[in-house]
Amino acid sequence: MPTPTPEEVKGLVGGGAGSPVIRKILDSDILHSFRSSKLTMVAATIVFLCFFGALFAPLIAPFDPFDPAKVFLSDASIPPVWQQGGDPRFVIGTDDQGRDMFSAILYGLRVSLAVGGLGVLLAAVIGITLGLVAGYMGGRIDAIIMRVADVQLTFPAILIALLIDGVAQGLFRGLPREQSAIPVLVISIGLSFWVQYARTIRGSTLVEKNKDYVHAARLVGLPAPIIMLRHVLPNVIGPVLVILTINLGLAVITEATLSFLGVGLPPTQPSLGTLISIGNKYLFSGDWWIVAFPGATLAILVLAVNLLGDWLRDALNPRLR
Amino acid sequence: MLAFVIRRIMQSAAVMLAVALIAFLMFRFVGDPVNQMVGVDTPQEEVARLRESLGLNDPTIVQFGRFIGNALRFDFGVSYQFRQPVTRLLAERAPATLELAFTAAAFALVVGLIMGVYCALRRDSWLAQLFQAISLIGVSLPTFLIGILLIYLFAVVLGWLPSNGRGQVVKIGDWWTTGFLTTSGLRALVLPAITLGLFQMTLIMRLVRAEMLEVMRTDYIKFAKARGLRTRSIHFGHALKNTLIPVITIAGLQLGSIIAFAIITETVFNWPGMGLLFLKAVQNVDIPIMAAYLMLIGLLFVLINLLVDLTYGLVDPRLRIAMRS
Repeated sequence: MPTPTPEEVKGLVGGGAGSPVIRKILDSDILHSFRSSKLTMVAATIVFLCFFGALFAPLIAPFDPFDPAKVFLSDASIPPVWQQGGDPRFVIGTDDQGRDMFSAILYGLRVSLAVGGLGVLLAAVIGITLGLVAGYMGGRIDAIIMRVADVQLTFPAILIALLIDGVAQGLFRGLPREQSAIPVLVISIGLSFWVQYARTIRGSTLVEKNKDYVHAARLVGLPAPIIMLRHVLPNVIGPVLVILTINLGLAVITEATLSFLGVGLPPTQPSLGTLISIGNKYLFSGDWWIVAFPGATLAILVLAVNLLGDWLRDALNPRLR
Repeated sequence: MLAFVIRRIMQSAAVMLAVALIAFLMFRFVGDPVNQMVGVDTPQEEVARLRESLGLNDPTIVQFGRFIGNALRFDFGVSYQFRQPVTRLLAERAPATLELAFTAAAFALVVGLIMGVYCALRRDSWLAQLFQAISLIGVSLPTFLIGILLIYLFAVVLGWLPSNGRGQVVKIGDWWTTGFLTTSGLRALVLPAITLGLFQMTLIMRLVRAEMLEVMRTDYIKFAKARGLRTRSIHFGHALKNTLIPVITIAGLQLGSIIAFAIITETVFNWPGMGLLFLKAVQNVDIPIMAAYLMLIGLLFVLINLLVDLTYGLVDPRLRIAMRS
């Protein structure tokens, strides 16, 4: 999962020492630009806390919201502590079924980030592969791949995700929603967001493939897939990190929207979007906290990821420095 | 020019053909249309006869040809859930979506333009800063969250505006229904239109601000100032006029997105439009409606893109020269 503070990115990509990304990140300029922007540091802290909370949700959460033995309907719809009728056990209240909101949000964050992160990674793998093939092979393959990308780009991603979701549900109809929901969402997001990677990678592959080291590799007689993976890929993968970060925000929104629309995760396995959709039903009875806290969590997470993505884009772009 | 037009139209037709192929493949391979039509106790011979009469035993390519032929006559079959012709279901709901989309687009254009011009002319005022902050939020918040926020504020807490439905509608002609003519219809339109238009509004605002700042730096504005023209006529007669062309192009391109994004807004506000119909179809795997909606939205996007490209060809002399050579 792309945890975009520089230190963590270093650890994540660690192995490929030849990559220009690693050198750029080790460059103290980046660290300096990170330290000098307070907003970025706040955003990074928020994103880190979200990932941390999501990863260790079972340890941090005071309650297990999915253990029927520990959830009591008598605890339903308790307001936050500071309001009349609040209960100190449930700091930000409980939902309609007596689940602790804080715990439910932590588990929801876990599902949201997992689906968003996996979706973005799938999109990256599809996009990078197609971009490399299109750029390196050229000719008819290139024309077909880029034509498909152009057509897909004219439609909003959320519409494509919705459509793929619908078709996938039709195909997986035998399985219960609990099992099929996450793969369906990951596939929908992956197939909706690959175009940007493909275009970027293809562009830089077109430049790289005419350089001497590629010619040399070809002269030695290496097969095309090896040249693409071992030689071209490390030199074109730089911008992918920025796209990954920016798209993570979009993917989380897409997942939340699909879940809110009722075609994403079921209420038994709620993501932030599902929690918001549940809370939306109780808006009129005045139980504002059921929708407000998951909503705020989603908004703050997306805002922080976007800020981090913007910063990363500027920091990795030498022309703006 | 003619060659360019023909080539662009051919490309658009190819894209539509690809969209039709996807719609057809959905029909063919997701769920079995016959199973949707017959009961459990229908005898096997009956099922086989139905299969034959629907032409499901023909080669795939023949079926695809028939699908396109039907699509050209706006015939997309019968909805699995409603047992009614898909075309009629969509036509009944089209006015609701179109009225919502156009109101949202008008709101986005007018308010975005005013805010953008203000931000460009009074760059450092606190109001301009506030507009900038609002635009950042508008881009980051998902549509459905904005809708929920507006409902909570204006429908639940303040109780000023209704939170769902179209209000009272008036019938015009055979099938068009409008909410523009009744007070309740207009009141019901306010919150959904703002929700749907907010993203486009921030987009237009940012665009107008950037373009306007650009234009204000050009020589002819300096010259107009040197001529001693009134500030108002410089700002609105000279500067604004020249920012409008890209703005209108973008706004036109966004109209398709507005209609597509109406799916979310219509769900939040329970607005009886095509988007809500499509969403119910996705939830219930109602392939005929999904296919028809896909073709409709595809046609819309292809037409808008074609129109924009052709207008550019007409307006931009550089493109015309490039085409001739």
